[in-house]
Order: sequence, then C-alpha cells, then structure tokens
Amino acid sequence: MRLPGKGLIDRTKPLSFRFDGRQYHGYQGDTLASALLGAGQRLVGRSFKYHRPRGVLTAGPEEPNALVEVLDGGSQTPNTRATVQELYDGLQAQSQNRWPSLRFDLLSVNDLAAPFLGAGFYYKTFMWPRAFWEALYEPLIRRAAGLGTLKRQHETAPYEKAFAFCDLLVIGSGPAGLMAALTAARAGADVILAEQDSLMGGRLLVSGESVADRPGLDWVRASLDELSDLPNVRLMTRTTVIGAYDQGTYGALERVGLHLPAADHLPRECFWRIVARQAILAAGALERPLAFSNNDRPGIQLASAGQTYLNRFGVAPGARVALYANNDGARTVARQLMAAGVGVAAILDTREGVSALEDCPVWTGVQIADTRGRLGLSSISGRHSGGEFELEVDALLMSGGWNPLVNLACHQNARPVWRPDIAAFVPEPGMVPGLTAAGAANGTFSTHGALAEGQGAAQSALQALGLRPKSAPLPRAEDAPYVVTPIWSIEGKSRAWLDFANDVTVKDVRLAAQEGYASVEHMKRYTTQGMAPDQGKNSNIAALAVLADATGRGIAETGTTTYRPPFAPVSIGALGAGAQGAGFAPQRFLTSDQASRDRGAPMVEAGLWYRPSYFPKPGEKTWRDACDREALMVRHRVGVADVSTLGKIDIQGKDAARFLDLVYTNTFSTLAQGRVRYGLMLREDGFVMDDGTTARLGETHYLMTTTTAAAGPVMRHLDFVHQAYCADWQVRFISVTESWAQFAVAGPMARMVLNAVLDQAIQDFPFMACAPVTVGGIGARLFRISFSGEEGYEIAIPTAYGEALFRDLLSKAETLGGGPYGMEALNVLRIEKGFITHAEIHGRVTAFDIGLEKMISARKDCIGKAASQRPGLNGPEREQLVGLRLLSGSLAGAGGHLFTPGEHVHRETDQGYVTSTCFSPTLNAHLALAFLKNGRARHGQTIRIVDHMRKTDVLAEVCDPVFLDPQGVKLRG
Amino acid sequence: MRYSGWNVITQGLLGNKGWTRAWRDPAPKAEYDAVIIGGGGHGLATAYYLARNHGITNVAVLEKGYLGGGNVGRNTTIVRANYFLPGNSEFYSHSLRLWERLESELNFNIMHSQRGHIILFHSDGQRDAAARRGNAIVNQGDDAELLSIPQLKDMVPYLDYDQTRFPIYGGLIQRRAGTARHDAVAWGYARAADQRGVDLIQNCEVTGIDIEAGRVMGVQTTRGPIRARKVGMVVAGRSSQVAAMAGMRLPIESHVLQAFVTEGLKPVIDHVISYGMGHFYISQSDKGGLVFGGDIDMYSSYAARGNLPMVEHVMEAGMTLMPMLARARVLRSWGGIMDMTPDGSPIIDKTHVEGLFIDAGWNYGGFKAVPASGWCMAHLMATGEPHEVARRFRLDRFRTGHLLDEEGTGSQHNLH
Amino acid sequence: MRLTCPLCGDRDRREFYYMGSEDYLNRPAADAPIAAWDDMLHLRTNPAGLTRDLWYHETGCGSWLVVTRNTVTHAVLSTERVADRASGRKGAAK
Repeated sequence: MRLPGKGLIDRTKPLSFRFDGRQYHGYQGDTLASALLGAGQRLVGRSFKYHRPRGVLTAGPEEPNALVEVLDGGSQTPNTRATVQELYDGLQAQSQNRWPSLRFDLLSVNDLAAPFLGAGFYYKTFMWPRAFWEALYEPLIRRAAGLGTLKRQHETAPYEKAFAFCDLLVIGSGPAGLMAALTAARAGADVILAEQDSLMGGRLLVSGESVADRPGLDWVRASLDELSDLPNVRLMTRTTVIGAYDQGTYGALERVGLHLPAADHLPRECFWRIVARQAILAAGALERPLAFSNNDRPGIQLASAGQTYLNRFGVAPGARVALYANNDGARTVARQLMAAGVGVAAILDTREGVSALEDCPVWTGVQIADTRGRLGLSSISGRHSGGEFELEVDALLMSGGWNPLVNLACHQNARPVWRPDIAAFVPEPGMVPGLTAAGAANGTFSTHGALAEGQGAAQSALQALGLRPKSAPLPRAEDAPYVVTPIWSIEGKSRAWLDFANDVTVKDVRLAAQEGYASVEHMKRYTTQGMAPDQGKNSNIAALAVLADATGRGIAETGTTTYRPPFAPVSIGALGAGAQGAGFAPQRFLTSDQASRDRGAPMVEAGLWYRPSYFPKPGEKTWRDACDREALMVRHRVGVADVSTLGKIDIQGKDAARFLDLVYTNTFSTLAQGRVRYGLMLREDGFVMDDGTTARLGETHYLMTTTTAAAGPVMRHLDFVHQAYCADWQVRFISVTESWAQFAVAGPMARMVLNAVLDQAIQDFPFMACAPVTVGGIGARLFRISFSGEEGYEIAIPTAYGEALFRDLLSKAETLGGGPYGMEALNVLRIEKGFITHAEIHGRVTAFDIGLEKMISARKDCIGKAASQRPGLNGPEREQLVGLRLLSGSLAGAGGHLFTPGEHVHRETDQGYVTSTCFSPTLNAHLALAFLKNGRARHGQTIRIVDHMRKTDVLAEVCDPVFLDPQGVKLRG
Repeated sequence: MRYSGWNVITQGLLGNKGWTRAWRDPAPKAEYDAVIIGGGGHGLATAYYLARNHGITNVAVLEKGYLGGGNVGRNTTIVRANYFLPGNSEFYSHSLRLWERLESELNFNIMHSQRGHIILFHSDGQRDAAARRGNAIVNQGDDAELLSIPQLKDMVPYLDYDQTRFPIYGGLIQRRAGTARHDAVAWGYARAADQRGVDLIQNCEVTGIDIEAGRVMGVQTTRGPIRARKVGMVVAGRSSQVAAMAGMRLPIESHVLQAFVTEGLKPVIDHVISYGMGHFYISQSDKGGLVFGGDIDMYSSYAARGNLPMVEHVMEAGMTLMPMLARARVLRSWGGIMDMTPDGSPIIDKTHVEGLFIDAGWNYGGFKAVPASGWCMAHLMATGEPHEVARRFRLDRFRTGHLLDEEGTGSQHNLH
Repeated sequence: MRLTCPLCGDRDRREFYYMGSEDYLNRPAADAPIAAWDDMLHLRTNPAGLTRDLWYHETGCGSWLVVTRNTVTHAVLSTERVADRASGRKGAAK
C-alpha cells in the first residue's frame, strides 16, 4: 500500500494501467511491480513447475517471480519483469503460465504431486510405451512447461543497433561508478556511464545515507549535473551491459521505448557494441534470499527490495512486517519502515548473541519452520533462542547476505574467488583485460569503500590511458563493516526454495548429490537450478553451498558454474536489429534492373544479386512458355542478357601473365593480346574452384571474369596467392565488377544488333577476340565469347551507361525479332551446350570429373596441381560429367540419382546424380547434366533416374554433355 | 535401481530417500583391458558398447573434468540422419536407428523426440540440392520428403514467407529427425556402462600415453599410471593435445561454436528448423526455451566462448526468417570447442601405434553421432577392424584424397 | 574481438576473413612428396595457446595478415602483413 509523501515518484502525474484486465493506478516513476504493490496486489505470477502463487521478490531485473506479459497493439512481450517495466499511462499487462486464472490455476495440482516431481524425475519415467513420448507425454510436458506466450506473429516494432567508442566504460552508477566516472571525466577521458536502471545513483537512491555531509541523493544529483555538463561524458540510463567480449568490446542493451506507449518510429531497444579501452565494473551486489520452508509466498521479499519499494516508490511491503536476516542490513530497513509508520512485528535474526536493541522486538537464533497463506503470506512460525513463535504478518523481508555481481568479470572464463569473510565470491584483478571491479561488485560494501574503490579504479584506468588524474578529496561517507553469518538452508517442515524461478528446492539439490550428480555442473543440469530467466542470480551461491554441504566439500572447492553472457536476457529483436525482412543481407541490383522490371520480368535472387528470371509476353501462361521462346529466339534470332554479375578482376603489371599461369591450370602467358581464353582454377586442395574467361587487353593488362558466386572468393584467393607466394612479383589487381555493366548479345543476328549500337561497326571479329570499342563516344569493351553456343558477344560499358545501353540493345534486337532473355533461358542454352555452372562445380568436383584434366598444364606449376594428382581425385570410381537425354517422361528438377536399370535402388547401387535439367525446345527433348560413375565410358548406355522427392522414375540415354553443335560451328561462325 | 514410473511413485511416497547413485565413483585400478580417454558422449558410448557388444567390461573411462562436460552437454541437441555422401549416409542412418531404441536400452529417458527436422531452401538450385540430399537419404533407407510452400505454411505458419531477404521456396523434412535431452544422453550411457562394470573416473586427466616398441602400454594420469593394451582417444575438443602425446599431428583445427537458449516460452516451435541461407537452426526444448545456433565463430579457439559478430549474425538470421522471435529473450549463450577437419567429416581409425585408436573430428555434428560413434569405436577397439558403416572415416583420407566433403568447401578446416 | 591491421589500424573482427594456420604459407615445391602437401593443407599442430594464423582484411585494405594470438585467452599479441614477411617473397612458382 502506498505511503504518503515518500519516494521518488511524481505524485502529480497519476497513471492508469491494467493488469489481468483490472484497472489500477500508479504514478510516473513507478515500475509495474511498485504500482501493483502500491495497489495492494501481492499475487502477480505462478511458478514454473508447481504453479505456486508468487509475488514480487526483488526490485530489479533479477526478479524470478513477477514475470508478466505486456500487451501492446495486438502484440505482447512475454516474461517481462514487472520490477523493470516502467509504468506508462495505459499500460496493459497480464499474468502468465496459469489457467484459467491467476488466482485459480488448475496446474497448481502439480504442487500436490511434488513428491513425485522432484529433481530429474522425468529421466526415470515416460519411457513406455515408446510411441507415447511424442504422442502423449511430450505434448503434455511441453504445455505444462514454458512461461509466457510468444505470439506467432511477425514483429512490426523497430529495433536498433549502434557502435560506441570510449576511453572508459563505467558499468553501474552507484557510489563506486559515479565516483569513477567523475574522476575519469574530470581528467579528460571519454567516459560512458551505463546504468541499467532508469535513474542513476544505485543504492544511494534508496539507502538514506549521507555522502559529503549531505543526503546521498543530493550528492548523486550534483554529480550527475557535473557529468552531464562535460562534453566527454555520455550518460546512458536504461542500459544494461550484457557481455564482456574480446579486446575491450562490451555488449549493452538500451531500453529505448519500453517505458513509453508504443509508437511507430520509436525503437523498442537498441543493442550497443561499446569498444572501451578501459572499463570499471561497478554493478553492485544482489541480496540473497534465505532458504526456509515455504519461503516463496507472495509477501515474502528481499529486505533490499522492501527498502526500495519504501524509499523510492513510497510503498509499504505490508501492514505488519517481519524481517528475517543473517546480517545487520535488515535492521536499517526495519528502522526506516518504522520511521515511515509501517508496523514492524519483529526482527528475526538467524544469529545468536547479536544485539537485540531496536524499537521493535528482536529475536535471535531464529529458525523459521514454516509460513502460511494460500495466495499471500499470513503468518510465520518457528523457533528462536527463547522458544517457539507464531507471528501474524503479511510481509516478510529477508536477507541472506550479499553476492557481488561478478558476472561480467567472469565472462572470459576466469573464475571468481571465494572470500569466507564476506561469504561471497569476488572477482580478481585481470580476469577481463582492462576491466577493474570496484565497490560492492568487488565485495566492498560500505559507501566509503565504494567511493574509494571507484576513485582508485578510475585513477588506474587513467594511468593506463596515459591521462593524469586530477586530485580531489574523497567525499565523506558511511564506513560500517559488513558482518554476515552465512546460513544456507534452514530446516523446516516443508520445501525450501533456492531457485524460485525454476522451482528448485534444497531437497532437489540434496537428491542430486545423493544420486551422484555431485559436480556443480551436474547438479545444475540435473535440477535445472540457475537455468530460469533470472539465470540463477538469486540462487546460484546458496545452491552450491547446499551442494557443498551435501557432498562434504567446501564452497570454494565446489566452485561455481560458468558465468556466461548475456548478463541479463536480451531480446532477439535487439540483437538481430535491422535484419528483419530484406535487411538480412545487402541487395545488389543490375543497371538493367528497372528495365527488366518494366518488362514484367520476375527478379530472382542470385547470391546477393537480383536477376531476371524470364521476360513474359502476353499470352504466355507459364515460365516455360517464356523460357522456350527466349531460348529459340537466341538460337534463331538474337537475345540480350545482362551478365554483369560475373566477377571482373582487372590485373596489371609486368608479372601479370606469370601470375595468371600460377592461379590457372592452363597457360595465359601465351595468350595473344586482343584475345580471350577459357581458364580453369583449382583450389590448392586440387578441386575445381572456378572457371571463366580471361582477356588479354594489353601486354601487361588482363581482365579476368569469375562466376557470380565465386567473385569474392576468387579475389580473396588471388590476394592470398600474390601476398603469400609471390609478393615481389610486379602485379596488381582490383575488382571492377561494379565498374562495368556487361551484356551478352547472342544469336545469329548478334552482330547486326551490335553494329547498330557501336560507333564503328565490327567486321572480322573472330571467336575469342576482344577489343576496345565506343558506343555513343563512350569507351566500351567487346568480347567474342559465348555461354549459349551461338555467335555471341559480351559488351562491357562503364556502369553509369549500363541501363541506357541495355535499353538500346533491346530495342535494336526487338526490331530483328529478338529481345531480352533471362536466367531460365540462359540455363537452357548452356545445358544444351554442356557448359557448367556451380550446379556442377559444387566444390567436390575435380578437373578429371569434368573431363578437363588435360587442362592442367604439365609444363608448369599451378595452384592445386600437386593435390589434384592424389588418387582419390582421379579414377573410374569417381563420377564423371555426362549428358542425359530422357527417353521418356520429364524431370521436375535436378537431384535425382542414377541407377543401372534393373538394379535394386539403394545407396550401394547408386551410380550418380543429376545436376542440371531442362527442356530443350531446340532439340525438343528433356536434357540433363549429371555425374555418373565412370560416365565417359558409358555413353550410349541407358540409365535410370530415380527421384523419390518428385516421384519420378525415368530412363535416359547417357551421352556427351555437349548436346548441340559439338563442333562449335555456330559458335565460331 | 531400475527407473520406472512405478519406482518414481514408490520412491516419492518414501521421501525419495531410496534413489541410489546413477554411477559409482571408483578409484582407478592399476590395469584395464581397455582405457577410453574422454568421458563425453562418444567416450561413454564407446565404453558402453565395448561392454554390451563385445563383453569387454574391464574398462575405464578417464575424464579430466566431469562426465558429459564437453560438447555433449553444450549443443543444440539435434538428432538427424540427413547426410548424402556415401560414408556418412550409412553411419548416421545406423546412429538414428540406435537412437530410436536408446531409452529402453539404457533405461533412461533421454527424451528423444522425433518431431521432424526441416531444412528450408531458397532458390531452384537449393531445391535441387535438397532433392539430391533427400534422394540419397531415401536410397539409404531413411525418410525424407520435399515440402511445398502450402505444406510448409501449414506446418510452420510463423515463418516470414513474404518479406524475407531470401524467399522460402520449400523445405526438406526428415520426420524421424528431432532432438534429445543432451545431458541425459551422457548420463544414460554413463549409468548403463557403470552397471556393466565400466569404471567411470572423473577428475582424472591423462598426461601421457605410454608407448613401447610401437604399441601402447597404458597412460599416465593425474591419478597415477594406468596400464592398458588398448587405449581409445575420444576427446573431441582436445584431440590435438591428446594425440600429440602419441606423437601425432591431426588434420584438425579447433573452433568455437556458440549456441543460445531463450527464456522459457509456451510451445511455439514444434519442429527443428534450419535456414538454408543463414546457418541458423532452431528448436524448442521441452522446458520451453528456444534452442538455436549458427555457424562457428570462424577463428581457431579453445576458449569455449565466442564473440558478438557471430551472435548478431545468428540473431539476424532468426529475425529475417521468423520475426516473431523479436520478443523472445536470449537467456544464455555458450561455446563448445569443435574438432574441425578438412572435409567436415569425422575420424574413427587406428593410429600408427598398435593398440591406440582415435575417434575425433566431429566438427559440429557430433551429438547425433554419439550412439554410432560409440558402436563403431567399440567395434574397432574390440576387433581391430573398422565397422562396416564407419570404414570411410579413415585418418589418411586427406592425404589420399578420398574425402567426405558434404559442404564442398574444401580443405579449409573452418569452412565445414 | 578486434585486430590491428598494420595499414588500417584497430578494427572490428567483422572486417576480417579467417583462413587458418600460417601453415598455408609453407607451400611445398611442385614435386614435393604428397606428405608435404598433407602437412600444408591438413595437418595442424592446433595449439591450445599461442598460434599464428592467417586473416584477410577483406573489407579493408585487402592485406593478408599473420596474427599471433592466444587461442585460449583470445589475446592478440601481434599482426604483420604476409607480404612483408621474408618468406612471403619466396615464390613457389618457378
């Protein structure tokens, strides 16, 4: 319930919101949790396994219980921490993992079956009958498990990503972080101060202490004023640093729009990559729960959370409160509660022999034996050093001591060290290079200590950065020692929860130990402790302490599990920002793109490029109609295709020829100027890497073309070969793929089309010639090469003129009955000629397989030559490229496997597979290219093509892969 | 103690006090008939099948950390048999058949869930490649089907069929493929091996391999020397270090593969789905977490942790494929160390040392291989001959060029 | 993760392409026995600790680099251009 006058909320700005359909009111500055608690709503969730009623345990992102679904505009965000979700007007949330309602949840029957549902029970049953697992058991388990609901609908809200760079990243803005930021900023360092909360100040926001002889909150405000005036400081609130990666890279998640009503252009979150030369971990510490019977009822809260709700949000934890602690911290909270007029029934101290002097009853040596209250705490009972007690309370604040938030310091595999004096793990210096822990994160809990360590850490960082710290006195602050007497589990009548979020109890951990799951990793995995949304932040240390006790080992010896990123859960939307829809990969468009679309061509992805599939004409019903027409058009008239996606590498220098001889299997030093040659390139392991044509433009100037897919890899390969094996050769090269638009003009009338656009008509331009030409006064290049088997040319022009030339070529071609052709026709034309693409050069193919082993020159070395001679890359057991002419029927695509007719169809009788297939309108036949065992020796035989996937089973005649014009008459004509 | 629903109930009524250890914690003996170095999935399975299939029970498994602490405990739990090259086909087919009877065999619920694995394709060329693969799977005797867009939309309606950068053309499904609870596989084999007399020795690191006159005599460990005439190295992730103790240099480079799990969610993804354009695969665990991963980080590493570029790339693939994922939160990421070989396929073979055997090079496909790997390694160690379905996993195939390169990316370790 | 390119300076890992061990630089003579090629192409010391491997500043200057790195800690000790190495000048092609 809300207390008048207290807290940092703005009572002049009341907000209304809905939870489970019911209307509530809160204030600006509230979280959903504080507003619900302020409205007296203690029950907010159901637990994972037993569906126990749960309330708010913490006041921060580590909350294990108060997970809700936040609704916005038809969408919803599951597992939202009510303790983090800031209130805005109109916010709508609902409870999750319950049915039919939060108050009455049918699956709470699980709680009654708890004796049979202990750690790992599912490994021991549900095994019979076998078929029941998928049919019955698993669906039931899946439905019962899980937490919130992720809707099966596409995200529409935006997310962002950004990079940031700084000298010093300060993580956390409590006394240590603020002091560190001040010290570094004053010395001129570029500082980023990241705070996960919406307000900076950390514990000083709620502790009520004084700093520099004034209220701590005032010191915080003055410090922030100073920092925000400095140009070298970036203050980032609502920003959680989630991971410490290599070379000073930190990941951070900023909640940009989650505290506001959704709006069209408001990003929900931004994921930051912060590169910091130095970093200070001042993330503070988390309070530990105590493990006693039924310690999970709504109304039972951490003492620090109670303090936060009281002092920051003006919310009393209850009408009648008890505190249960093994350290002095809870006493301060009790005093503050009493000062605020909240009734404190008693302080229950687990310790013996400690002071009992407070303004309320103090019992020592307390063991809580049980708690009561079905949907919220109503009473506790147990023993203290003076006898037994039963106490009617509606709130219990507990403190089991503090765990420094060492997580980020451990993200690079180093393990924290156990400090028995504070019963906690702390980081050691140097666990993450450049990162220093300070304050509570370092196990130093007093405010004075935090300020001093923050200042010291900043001074060390400045030194590492080569900056000189300015001397400034340390503000005076409280320096009380932290005294804790650890108690990891309290024997009682019922189950005592360690991991609230995953419903793991002390019993479960002991059972794991009993069954031999004694390593901390085994225990975690067997019980699932630490695997819930709170990532074990509330339970890891206590669980391993219970395990240590059960196995007779010490805590240090037992050790922790590995701390892994992310420090706090991160939405996939933020980590994958920008990739939704087409954003996943760059899009590359041809200069002819619009012209092709204008003609109705469907554009298909080809690597990162978009290429026209075919150019439909009125009356054509299917892609095949267009494809057949285009193929025949090229064979009989003329066609124009954009082939600019092919990689183009300009190679120049005195040793260019020599270099090409090294990277190609065949020889290019003997190529005459003004001529083009087909080249075969191997990987160093002897398999075919790529093929293409290379033109000699001048004595020391070549232009290499690669396949579309291999453009990048070939460039990388050339750079490697050059720099690694012949760096002193006089050769330089650069990719010019984007610099030139290139068009194939193919068909019997190709020359007529070209001569219609060239400034100077070509007369005698033999096959495999190349020459500079001009088009409208623009320098261009002409190559007599063909991927169709027709008289073919490719004309290249600087990209800026690509679209104009394409449109011009088309209009000229169309006057001759020709026109554009797309990828489908291009594929038909090349299959008819047995030309290979990456359907054939798929990375497992050798020169031998494609019948080009003689292209590996015997007179010189080349990349891949030695390895290509290995026995496994040659020989009749390998599958060789063949043509297949279907004897009947058709194929729906490639991928069918080959069998000798009459043989049983099985892997062991498999003879090969189809790589490419088409209908040839020219030959009026279904053709295919295939790899067939010992195929070259089997021309003329009949082979069976079995495609289970498309349910076809046809016979074909094995033949040479060149179906059309094997002598190349048309090509050279 | 036998695991059964009956015992779960009776023990529950008795306060669960009667559950005994899943395996003993023996001290190492001075000598064994066979020693397996490595208490991961493959090592434990090898020990189990040595005992079960070959009656060799005087066996020790030596584990430097805790059982199942390597990649069997840090993977995306996918079980499938959809390889297409002879050599791999029959091996993974055999493995899948072993998976299908593993629960009853081990008396341990490993939650093998045959929920179907769908590989999406995004071009005509990829459809053809998927068909080739599917046909190879069927020729082997396993199941595969091509799925059309309407079929896919029916099964997985939440994919972005319209806006994604690389539109979905269809999918290849193997219905018998699915997932299993990874830790349980290690524990199930451990318990079953232990019951057959195998000594599982944890916190016992091998520091040397004793070789005399070209044959293995035993190993040196942090818990003393152990004699054995047969030693199996089954230590994916540390293969190069252990083999170096026998003077071997392996065709292996170690790389880190990250994987991710989200907070628990109600059932939303019912299959295993692989994105053909983005090295992204995802399924949902029975607990409700979405389990997913991508490619290796691409630089050699033993750190068992990765970096942001691959993290983000994986998430980006997820966002383009299934934008509903935006509001799921990544709870944990982890990294495993992969033995990457120059053709992406594993090694189960003898070595140049008599009595010393190696099972390594699982790249990032080791989990599904656990049963068959154990089966074949046990066969090799017991008989001295390769098992029929693993005979192509030779150590010398890189030298001779008899490669099993499913990806077709060649002899660069990190590209598989 | 970040690397320092000798030409371009401190850069994010995503600008670089990774190839593998520096063993690839030891290209045997054309007539070397197949074992020498096996060493270059396949077999790796694969150290858990200091390693020297090849990276390509693909979206930067196009330099191939030899990076001295620790595979356990991911610390980067040095980077140098392959082309600047003496051994890089020994052309394998005759």
